[in-house]
Amino acid sequence: MSTDTGTDTTSTTGGPGAPTAARGAAGPRRPARRGPQRTGLAAGLLLTPFFALFTVAMLIPVGYAIWLSLFTQKLSGLGFEGPRNVFDGLGNYVDTLGDSAFRHGFWVLGGYVLFYIPIMVGGALALALLLDTAIARARRFFQLALFLPHAIPGLIAALIWVYLYTPGLSPVVSAMHSGGIGLDFFSANGALPSVVNIALWEWLGYNVVIFYASLQAVDRSLLEAAAVDGAGNWRLAFGIKLPLIRASVFLVLLFTIIGSLQLFTEPLLLSNTGSSITSAWTPNMYAYSEAFQLNDYGRAAAASVLIALIAAVLSFGVTRIANRKGARA
Amino acid sequence: MTTPLIVDPADQRAPGTGRAGRGGRATVPAGRPGGNRWLSRGAVNGLLAIAAAYTLFPLVWLVTAATKDAGNILGGNVFSFEGFDLGHNLSTLASYDGGIYFRWYGNSLIYAGLGALGCSLVSVAAGYAFDKYRFRGKEKLFAVVLLGVLLPSTALSLPLYLLAVKTHTVNTYWSVLIPVLVNPFGVYLSRIFSAGYIPDEALEAARIDGAGEMRVFWSIGLRMVMPGFVTVFLFQFTAIWNNFFLPLVMLSDKNLYPLSLGLYNWHSNANATPDFYPMVVSGSLLAVLPLIVAFITLQRHWKAGLTAGSVK
Repeated sequence: MSTDTGTDTTSTTGGPGAPTAARGAAGPRRPARRGPQRTGLAAGLLLTPFFALFTVAMLIPVGYAIWLSLFTQKLSGLGFEGPRNVFDGLGNYVDTLGDSAFRHGFWVLGGYVLFYIPIMVGGALALALLLDTAIARARRFFQLALFLPHAIPGLIAALIWVYLYTPGLSPVVSAMHSGGIGLDFFSANGALPSVVNIALWEWLGYNVVIFYASLQAVDRSLLEAAAVDGAGNWRLAFGIKLPLIRASVFLVLLFTIIGSLQLFTEPLLLSNTGSSITSAWTPNMYAYSEAFQLNDYGRAAAASVLIALIAAVLSFGVTRIANRKGARA
Repeated sequence: MTTPLIVDPADQRAPGTGRAGRGGRATVPAGRPGGNRWLSRGAVNGLLAIAAAYTLFPLVWLVTAATKDAGNILGGNVFSFEGFDLGHNLSTLASYDGGIYFRWYGNSLIYAGLGALGCSLVSVAAGYAFDKYRFRGKEKLFAVVLLGVLLPSTALSLPLYLLAVKTHTVNTYWSVLIPVLVNPFGVYLSRIFSAGYIPDEALEAARIDGAGEMRVFWSIGLRMVMPGFVTVFLFQFTAIWNNFFLPLVMLSDKNLYPLSLGLYNWHSNANATPDFYPMVVSGSLLAVLPLIVAFITLQRHWKAGLTAGSVK
């Protein structure tokens, strides 16, 4: 039976040796017309499951949320018939943006990000650079130990820390008390650091591993040349390694910002435990309470759309800056 | 767009190669005064040890607290051997409310296992198609996938809930299972893995032998990209096991809860009824064990995923 190579093999520059020879032999017998159609069909078949699910679980929900956000519930007439859905244009957006509780959520997030990002990115970079020095010992152990919290579900991480914050439950708080430090993790001033600490614990090692992996990819001969020229560990770290892993730093920054906008689980748990955190402390908590405590789906949809929009704009901005810097370098 | 700079995933020997390369560099600090060198070696490893203590301490607390009864957890003296009660804690866990904890455990295994398996298959198929075929509008379609990566998953959960209310699928297995089958980042990773693991020559050889395109994917492509498949599976399994927001909004029937939601429920009761504390703590410990074991045994795979996603 005649073999059928199908794809446009003639245009690819094959590797050396046998495969090229085999292809050359099969080439002349190839029915030229069927190739592109067949591969087009195959690509379509392989892509269909993903894009079908992508449509059902991402595009349609987002579209539906946008649609829903344009309606509001009004009590009809004397209120006997129950609420009706009425088209309200951008009314929900105006209301949501005008709600001081929603805006307050972004102030909280702003404070959180100002606190969290420098500690996280700086700390992870510092630890990765330490791991990458020639004098670090037990690198595999340290990588694993730092990474392990990332294997803990966010909810359980928050649970553990809530217990470690609770006076009477926590060995940390009692140790600090006997040391004369009376720190209240649930007070108005303690809320933000408490949340930052949980997030830091969960993500620090993850980012260390990312940075360390990019440091490993740095060309060793470059570092050796610099060392021969008399550069010490500090110069190596900040003059050479850091600029070379800029791309990873931007990527981590991007994902940290997107992640920060999603802040929900940790403050939710703290808010249940007598902390000063309110039920609409972050924008996500606001959207959640609009949907489940106030049953205002229009407002909840508008808040979700706004959060997604802000995340998209921020990510786009960071990506643009990263690309421009990359192009200039 | 980014492919040229991405490290070949087939070459994930990072720690090993690093150490080999470092052999030459170790001579560098030796040129400095000896005392200074010892000081900085102590400082470097000391700082790393402090960071490791920070990350490990809460886990150590979880392990020791899980062995204590309610009185000793509340007393805060979890590091003594007093009130050792692990057996009792576990049997309470198994018997409370008709053994609902292990039902949650089973649910989590179903959501995470089936969800991750389906998601990796779908992602690898799409990533393979993006890597190995040429068709019109390919890069535009891929840009749509990348846009999906940037969409925060919690911002998506509420719209999913609103849609589920409309379609009367809220509070069902499907409402939690279908959304986790989609992970645009998995497609992005799979495209990179496909480029790194599957040489075009291997596919060509199969085609010459008369295999159809689907057969080529199923028996050659999928088999060769298996390490990448495991990486995507591991990432998605963890993400689903850890997911809290989606089940929180979707499920109200206790029998459908995954572990995270069940433990959250118990925790909410613990303020009023301290007897729940040992159950929450030992339940949390059992819930994290599979992931810790998976991460320790499959280190090579999650590192491959992190590197492929970041070194660009």
